[in-house]
Amino acid sequence: MKLIDWRPAADNEAIRARARMLRDIRAFFDAREVLEVETPLLASFGVSDPHIGNLVVQGDGPRYLQTSPEYAMKRLLAADSGDIYQVTRAFRPAESGRLHNPEFTILEWYRLAMDHQALMLEVDELLSQLLEGRLKQQATRLGYQEVFMERLGLDPLNCETQALEEKARALSLMPESALDRDGLLDLLMSMVIVPALPGDRLTFIQDWPATQAALARRLPDQPGCAARFEVYCGGLELANGFWELSDAEEQALRFESDNRRRQSLGLPEVPADAYLLSAIHSGLPDCAGVAMGLDRVLMLILDRSSIRDVLCFPWDRS
Amino acid sequence: MATYSTNEFRGGLKIMLDGDPYNIIENEFVKPGKGQAFNRVKIRNLKTGRVIDKTFKSGESVEAADVVDNSMQYLYTDGEFWYFMDPDSFEQVAASETAVSDALKWLKEQDSCLVTLWNGAPLSVTPPNFVELRVTMTEPGIRGDTATGATKPAQVETGAEVKVPLFVEEGDVLKIDTRTGDYVSRVKE
Repeated sequence: MKLIDWRPAADNEAIRARARMLRDIRAFFDAREVLEVETPLLASFGVSDPHIGNLVVQGDGPRYLQTSPEYAMKRLLAADSGDIYQVTRAFRPAESGRLHNPEFTILEWYRLAMDHQALMLEVDELLSQLLEGRLKQQATRLGYQEVFMERLGLDPLNCETQALEEKARALSLMPESALDRDGLLDLLMSMVIVPALPGDRLTFIQDWPATQAALARRLPDQPGCAARFEVYCGGLELANGFWELSDAEEQALRFESDNRRRQSLGLPEVPADAYLLSAIHSGLPDCAGVAMGLDRVLMLILDRSSIRDVLCFPWDRS
Repeated sequence: MATYSTNEFRGGLKIMLDGDPYNIIENEFVKPGKGQAFNRVKIRNLKTGRVIDKTFKSGESVEAADVVDNSMQYLYTDGEFWYFMDPDSFEQVAASETAVSDALKWLKEQDSCLVTLWNGAPLSVTPPNFVELRVTMTEPGIRGDTATGATKPAQVETGAEVKVPLFVEEGDVLKIDTRTGDYVSRVKE
């Protein structure tokens, strides 16, 4: 018998802190009368997002391990569930590293009659509670365009794509193979801007380019931007939220455009989730929603530098 | 042609870039939740020793470098090349001055060195961590002075100069740490 290292990667402190974090989260939503729900991990449809893959399980036909509970939770919202939250696992193949584990814990919640601005306040409240005294400063809110101009001297919405590429090259960040405009924006955002965000406060970056809207609606007064926000702390991306798109036609077009982008990136097409489209068609209430990576929140609570330190059994030991 | 995908990247992996072999020192996976994934790596050019940062789009493939580390015995030099032998196959390779440069001052015939081969040719030579070398030149020893911690220069048989305690005499054999160039002890014969 070959004996291998079977022990948890997380220490007892981390295992206990996780239990406490989950209890605090449930108390937070309980107090606000937000209902806890469960939706399937294995669904008939996968995610269309070009940069997120699905793990496929073969049973009686393919089933997709969920990359987030978003599609199913929106079906509940369309069926008049009211405010809902869920703590669940999400799966994203090949995402492995210091800040990534292919199986991770996600907190996702939806608030009726809130827009992304109101939801950002609630995200701030929750994280301030979970991180207790660790946040020394008030949260900062920055516009996507503003933060790009400030840190890189480039207008991400209006500059030539060539200028983004030249900037990436000047900073020795350009990969050998070509990147499209959104790829260049992702490169500069994740390698220059995010790593420099302060660790003593939350930073909300809002109003993302419409080409990166995902499932957020466009801003009524600024159609080049989406009502999307991201939350960071000390280089860690913690959460992503939307003022949700509730227009079924527009949603169908987003699925199509995702698939065109997938094609141009040499990725397989993904059939649009007919359940979700039908639900939105029947009427998604006006709401905002956000997904938060709880393993990373736990890293911050415990001041650990690797996601391995907060997982009982990370990918290479699961 | 062997290739590695970025998700196989880890420290120690040898890859080809612009015709040169590189060793991966660090690999960081960088991915915004909704965006393009990248691998940011720190790599060392095995020919020049220069360390650079490089970005790859995740999922890309990179040519593998045929680089292996072999334990080989140093035989002799003809002044132009330094000859090493594989103790198992008795196969010999000739290393250039560039390849042996870091090891040169510690190379003693018959010592076993780590020879890094790229496509079968020596790229670099790492001497053993500890070598035993005879002192060929130093000031006369001060007997009994083992406590003051004072040192003097001494030349050893390979030509290298080492700081040694005052009691060391010409003809003594010394154990030396090649990683630091420091004297470790006298070796009793």
